[in-house]
Amino acid sequence: MDLRVQLPGLNLKNPIMPASGCYGFGREFSELYDLSTLGAIMIKAATPMARFGNPLPRVAETPNGMLNAIGLQNPGVDKIMNTELPWLDGYDVPIIANVAGSTLEDYVHVAKTICEAPNVHALELNISCPNVKEGGIAFGTCPQTAALLTRAVKEVSTVPVYVKLSPNVTDIVAIAKAVEAAGADGLTMINTLLGMRLDLHTGKPILANQTGGLSGPAIKPVAIRMIHQVYPHVNIPIIGMGGISTTEDVLEFLYAGASAVAVGTMNFVDPYICPNLIEQLPATLAKYGLTSIEEAIGRSHR
Amino acid sequence: MITEQVQVLTNRKIAEATYEMVLQAEMASKMKPGQFVNLKIDGFLLRRPISICQYDQFKHTFTIIYKVVGDGTKKLTTLQSGDSLDCMGPLGNHFPIEKETTAILVGGGVGVPPLYETAKQLIAANTQVTVVLGFADRAAAFYVEAFKQLGAIVYVATDNGTLGTHGRVTNVIANENLQAEYIYACGPEAMLRALETHFEKGYLSFEARMACGIGACMACVCKDRQDTDLYYRICKEGPVFPVGKVGF
Repeated sequence: MDLRVQLPGLNLKNPIMPASGCYGFGREFSELYDLSTLGAIMIKAATPMARFGNPLPRVAETPNGMLNAIGLQNPGVDKIMNTELPWLDGYDVPIIANVAGSTLEDYVHVAKTICEAPNVHALELNISCPNVKEGGIAFGTCPQTAALLTRAVKEVSTVPVYVKLSPNVTDIVAIAKAVEAAGADGLTMINTLLGMRLDLHTGKPILANQTGGLSGPAIKPVAIRMIHQVYPHVNIPIIGMGGISTTEDVLEFLYAGASAVAVGTMNFVDPYICPNLIEQLPATLAKYGLTSIEEAIGRSHR
Repeated sequence: MITEQVQVLTNRKIAEATYEMVLQAEMASKMKPGQFVNLKIDGFLLRRPISICQYDQFKHTFTIIYKVVGDGTKKLTTLQSGDSLDCMGPLGNHFPIEKETTAILVGGGVGVPPLYETAKQLIAANTQVTVVLGFADRAAAFYVEAFKQLGAIVYVATDNGTLGTHGRVTNVIANENLQAEYIYACGPEAMLRALETHFEKGYLSFEARMACGIGACMACVCKDRQDTDLYYRICKEGPVFPVGKVGF
């Protein structure tokens, strides 16, 4: 079965890719399988300068999910340009570069720099990271600010720009429409849900950052609902993510309106999950009477 | 690193809330002292990183010792001979085995297990081994006799004095004036930090909350002592670091 999907800037061999922040720059997984089998790779967020991230503990388990507060740890955009992206160029796989920062100028600088890499085929504007004090989610919870940032990045980027939406908002449709009007080429959704766990002995939050982003199968229904909600209101494609662990999950995301999907947390549990899903997807599509990916996209709306 | 369904051979309680599990696994032939495995427990999302206590490369078996700290490890206690577990390993780097010298091995609580295989290999390499084990109390103590049977000199410290020295492992080292060429230690960060004031050479194994165990998630990082821009992933570049390398 033909699994190819065409999206702005991206000719995907298949609709499966690892999500940003759950895959580093792919090095650890390249020891396990050929990265060229992936539809694309969403690399770890880049900021202008290197960031160590938050104090430990940074993760805590939850029922069917996990909380994380890594805090955008990354080696900085220049090092990513000079070492990680050239290394990834050895694989036949398009890269979606996640762009982050504390100020509008940070985002513009990173976007302008990283889109010059030949294998970066699209940007993912991270206006939804809940684990940094400045920037991140602050840009993604207000339609006007999100639009302003999208417009600024669109002006400097030579590749299509996808905006990663936060689920921690009252009206996600308003944000989606605002970034589309500002020129976004696509949406990726959803980022993590803000959460907290307390230590029963100390009574204090387990995470040093106190709050963290909830991910994993626990958030899948929220992601499905939000994609389903946004899809009829926009004319740009959606890459869906949030707790995907099976090919049935992939199908549900496509039905809701996603044109491709990203796998996040489950890479930590089963490092082979992406190639396994790619291999199993045709059989699952056939099982539900589908002959192409196209037929599945947005099926819930027809 | 491989992912494998490993078979439970035995799973028994050896101390208060502490269990020893012996597993049959192909990956045992690739193990080194101080490495760990990442176990998937039915009903829980994240894997549990647990250090390898000892292994037999010819029989393809290895032993883990785990403490019941939550629902996941509680579930682990219900497994019986014949049950299988989804296991990733061996993971991380390992304790280098220094030959024909002297070594003090210091373990605190669940930091004790990885020192057992290490002690065995050091002794086989003609290194004179002294072991200092720290536990909460007598009921929590395990493997004291096992270390003696390897040929090590063994000291014990308990927080309440119900076994061995009343106090910490560092009290034993000071009281007995223990000295050696190398320190090998595994346990909580405060213990490792205290040990660095007594020893200049050796290897410390760090504990941390992990998600992936293979270096992808950045949950278990620590900084370099000198270069604060340099960091290490405890699961990948560690868990074992030379004395003086990690910035506390």
